[in-house]
Amino acid sequence: MSYVKPKFHHPSLKPNKVGYNKADYEGVISTLCAGCGHDSISGAIVQACYEISLEPHRLAKLSGIGCSSKTPTYFLSNSHGFNSVHGRMPSITTGANMANRDLIYLGVSGDGDTASIGMGQFVHAIRRNLNMVYIVMNNGCYGLTKGQDSATADFGSISKAGESNPYQGIDLAGLALELNATFVGRSFSGDKNQLVPMIKAAMAHPGFAFLDVISPCVTFNNNKTSTRSYSHVRAHIESTSIFDFVPEQDEIRVDYPEGKSAEVELFDGSKIHLSKLAPDWNPTDRFSAVNRLHEAKSRGQILTGLYYINTESKDLHEMMNTVDTPLNTLQQKDLCPGNSKLQSINKTFR
Amino acid sequence: MKETNIEDPEYFHKVVDCQYACPAHTPVPEYIRLIAAQKYTEAYMINWESNVFPGVLGRTCDRPCEPACRRGRVEDEPVAICRLKRVAADNKGEVKHLMPQGPFKSNGKRIALIGGGPASLTVARDLAPLGYELHLYDEWGKGGGMMRTQIPAFRLPESVLDEEVNYILDMGVVTHFNTFVESMKEILDKDYDAVFVGTGAPKGRALELPGFKEAGENIHVGIEYLAAVAFEHKDKIGKNVIVLGGGNTAMDCCRTSKRIGGEEVTVVVRSPRKDMKASPWEIEDAEREDITILNNMPPKEFIVEDGVLKGMLFGKVRAEYDENGKRKLIPTGEPDVFIPADDVIIAIGQDNSFPWIERDLGIEFGKWDLPKVDELTFQSTRENVFFGGDAAFGPENVITAVAHGHHAAVSIDLFCNGENIHDRPSPITNLVSQKMGIHEWTYDNAIAHDLRFKVPHEDKAISLKDRKVEVELGFDEQLGFKEAQRCLNCDVQTIFTSNLCIECDACVDVCPTDCITFTHNGEEEDLRTRLSAPAENKTQDLYVSGVLPATPRIMIKDEDVCLHCGLCAERCPTAAWDMKKYLYNTAKTYL
Ligand SMILES: Cc1cc2nc3c(=O)[nH]c(=O)nc-3n(C[C@H](O)[C@H](O)[C@H](O)COP(=O)(O)OP(=O)(O)OC[C@H]3O[C@@H](n4cnc5c(N)ncnc54)[C@H](O)[C@@H]3O)c2cc1C
Ligand SMILES: Cc1ncc(C[n+]2csc(CCOP(=O)(O)OP(=O)(O)O)c2C)c(N)n1
Ligand code: SF4
Ligand code: SF4
Ligand code: SF4
Ligand SMILES: [Mg+2]
Repeated sequence: MSYVKPKFHHPSLKPNKVGYNKADYEGVISTLCAGCGHDSISGAIVQACYEISLEPHRLAKLSGIGCSSKTPTYFLSNSHGFNSVHGRMPSITTGANMANRDLIYLGVSGDGDTASIGMGQFVHAIRRNLNMVYIVMNNGCYGLTKGQDSATADFGSISKAGESNPYQGIDLAGLALELNATFVGRSFSGDKNQLVPMIKAAMAHPGFAFLDVISPCVTFNNNKTSTRSYSHVRAHIESTSIFDFVPEQDEIRVDYPEGKSAEVELFDGSKIHLSKLAPDWNPTDRFSAVNRLHEAKSRGQILTGLYYINTESKDLHEMMNTVDTPLNTLQQKDLCPGNSKLQSINKTFR
Repeated sequence: MKETNIEDPEYFHKVVDCQYACPAHTPVPEYIRLIAAQKYTEAYMINWESNVFPGVLGRTCDRPCEPACRRGRVEDEPVAICRLKRVAADNKGEVKHLMPQGPFKSNGKRIALIGGGPASLTVARDLAPLGYELHLYDEWGKGGGMMRTQIPAFRLPESVLDEEVNYILDMGVVTHFNTFVESMKEILDKDYDAVFVGTGAPKGRALELPGFKEAGENIHVGIEYLAAVAFEHKDKIGKNVIVLGGGNTAMDCCRTSKRIGGEEVTVVVRSPRKDMKASPWEIEDAEREDITILNNMPPKEFIVEDGVLKGMLFGKVRAEYDENGKRKLIPTGEPDVFIPADDVIIAIGQDNSFPWIERDLGIEFGKWDLPKVDELTFQSTRENVFFGGDAAFGPENVITAVAHGHHAAVSIDLFCNGENIHDRPSPITNLVSQKMGIHEWTYDNAIAHDLRFKVPHEDKAISLKDRKVEVELGFDEQLGFKEAQRCLNCDVQTIFTSNLCIECDACVDVCPTDCITFTHNGEEEDLRTRLSAPAENKTQDLYVSGVLPATPRIMIKDEDVCLHCGLCAERCPTAAWDMKKYLYNTAKTYL
């Protein structure tokens, strides 16, 4: 059993613009079950951060409890991190974000951590449009506690335990759309070509960016009768578009077929390029996204890709009109206007 | 691309870079693991079976394996493969009882071996156990060829050579030492069933510049000089010595001179430093002994006064290369340089020489008076005469001579049995899983950065006094262990079973060197650019699977910088990857 990953890297993979190799974005070797979808999502996060040349100290990763919430140990060892309490990642992130608006916040949660115990926190983070990336590693079960059905498990899905799920599953992406989240998408751990650019775009989005990532639990929920198994997902997947994220300075690389391509410009000047595969869908029209999602579901299909983006997104700091300087760096002299100012204020009440 | 045929014995053989590069295809990682396990005797025997002279080669091999070593592609320097071989030889126990035991039952066939170097000795070792009566002819009093006459004792102690030569001679070889064969016809008249010619490239080139004749005895031809010193016919040289030439012979000549009276020893080379033929480590060793090496100075004239050699005159040049890399030496116009010398040693190359082979025997000769020899069978144009070693295609090295010997022995055996000598026996291969339990392997798969360890040397003050004192001390057991741990176990292969794969990407994510990709098939050119990391090293193969069960994709693994760490197999939930040890042995006559 290996406990460390060798520090060698492929000689043709060069350091990125800030001088880091891909390995510099990795964490310790994973202790999750071999083949867990969560590890692939970790891999996609590593890839995305390497490609956008993120300086690791610019990011904070936060999580709750669950196999999914353990993953921050397996990526970005050189970033800030907080492994919080079950379902409480959103409130910890809210606090951190309020104190220091200069960091990029990456919240990692599971379907149990979010759709059950953490549901209240989740919806309020959306309501506040907290500037963060919120990734749910969605395996339809509580992996860490041996695979009980979670609240997102599909009706009728049968996990390894053998019981058909009698309840309706909660569609977290549908819920996020309903709650007016400003960036909503769904992806699959086994599709890095789509997932990596989606993570990059989510990081560039100013506001709450939600990614529901289907991530098979290889140990408890990867049997043929489960709707979250590798084989079921692969057989039923379809996407809204071919997706590419183009950072501000870069040239567009992919040639999209005429007529079907769309471009969404983000706040920081970077662009999302889409080659639409779904008719009647417009990434900036929430209703078309909701319709599209329901339509796919009615056909038993799993719709992936970007669903919706609000290009006018205003995050919590903007709504509250806080100062640009992170609050945690404000000194007493900035916060306390002094005695004479106090006197003059008092005067106005006399 | 087509699905890789891993049944082809050469596919995984190529992945074991060192073994593939070794002319005798020694199973390198296998013996290195045994050294790490302190099983020196076993490690020695693996070597002995392939390369016949582990003690000699562990000190002197040209080591074509090392530039090929994978470690050199992922780190700075290759594993010290050659010097590890010596660790096995130095620390082994009794080995003779593990070798084929004579007396062997005669098969009634008689073979003549002309020349007693590594090529002939290898033929002898491979044929003796089959009952052949072997007659070995050499002009010198002992076997070993140039290993004895040329490689100086401070690089190769006589005792080491004697031991390994004797293992072979003791198998019942009939020796005709102190016998220079003057006529091939006479040999053929003795009705041998086959004749093997392993006479090397015994003629050193001279350089007849103005003053050559007048300088007389103080000009020496390198290989004659070294042989004279080896046989103690010569034990003195002047204080100022010039050695001409930039190859390994020049390095041996200058270092020998330093030990028998030379004080100011200067090697003068026509060409630039980077074009010198000598191995970098030989140059380094010479310079460590305070020998001056001067480059870009072609020799012009021997300066002789009153019948006594005074020194030499050299011109000065610079090298220019055209677009094809062809070199031209252009005089710089600077004045010629005089270097004083009491003796000059010419070490500018050696040639084959077959004055003793009559040209009417059906043995044809081609370019440069080299015999026409088949590159696979080593047969000459006369069916019962075979060539090998330096005699076949010109000067090479010991390990190449050994490899030739193995091939020639196979041919001779087939020939004597009336079989088609082009029907070569296949290599013996074996592929076995190294799994001992979940995530437990039989080999140490933890890989770390570790720079190459240096072989300790004897104190210069001691080794320069006596030409028989060995300069290199060799790795001790501890250093040997540490160096052995640098080996990446390239013979433990990653084997992929496509119908088990569920495409979870775990192997792709964990692979430290981004070797694995799942993608759509295409032409090799295009595929090489679309992998997790571009596969730019075209000398290394891509391992391509069949179409996967779940998606119409294929698995492609770039063999180039795989660390053989086994992480892919540890992270695979379905055991679609397994780590299997691949043993490859070239077929030999008696195995
Ligand atoms: C100075 C020097 C240093 C070298 N150092 C190394 C080294 O460090 N590592 C390495 O791998 N290689 C080295 N080599 C090369 C290596 O020695 C040869 O490539 C190798 O020995 C060739 O083996 P062989 O069996 O073909 O012939 P040889 O070793 O040359 O043996 C041929 C033998 O046949 C004898 N012979 C020739 N003609 C006749 C005849 N007509 N009758 C009877 N006997 C005859 C010769 O005297 C000789 O003893 C060195 C060579 C030189 C010159
Ligand atoms: C307050 C609290 N309640 C219950 C638990 C037990 N528990 C641990 S993980 C988990 C569910 C995790 O499921 P999910 O978030 O989907 O993560 P997964 O392991 O599937 O990735 C539960 C219920 C706990 N740790 N803390
Ligand atoms: S139990 Fe399931 S979710 Fe947890 S690590 Fe194993 S496969 Fe992944
Ligand atoms: S053994 Fe597997 S994980 Fe290790 S380097 Fe090779 S392909 Fe990658
Ligand atoms: S880890 Fe195994 S099952 Fe998963 S993609 Fe690799 S080979 Fe296939
Ligand atoms: Mg879960």
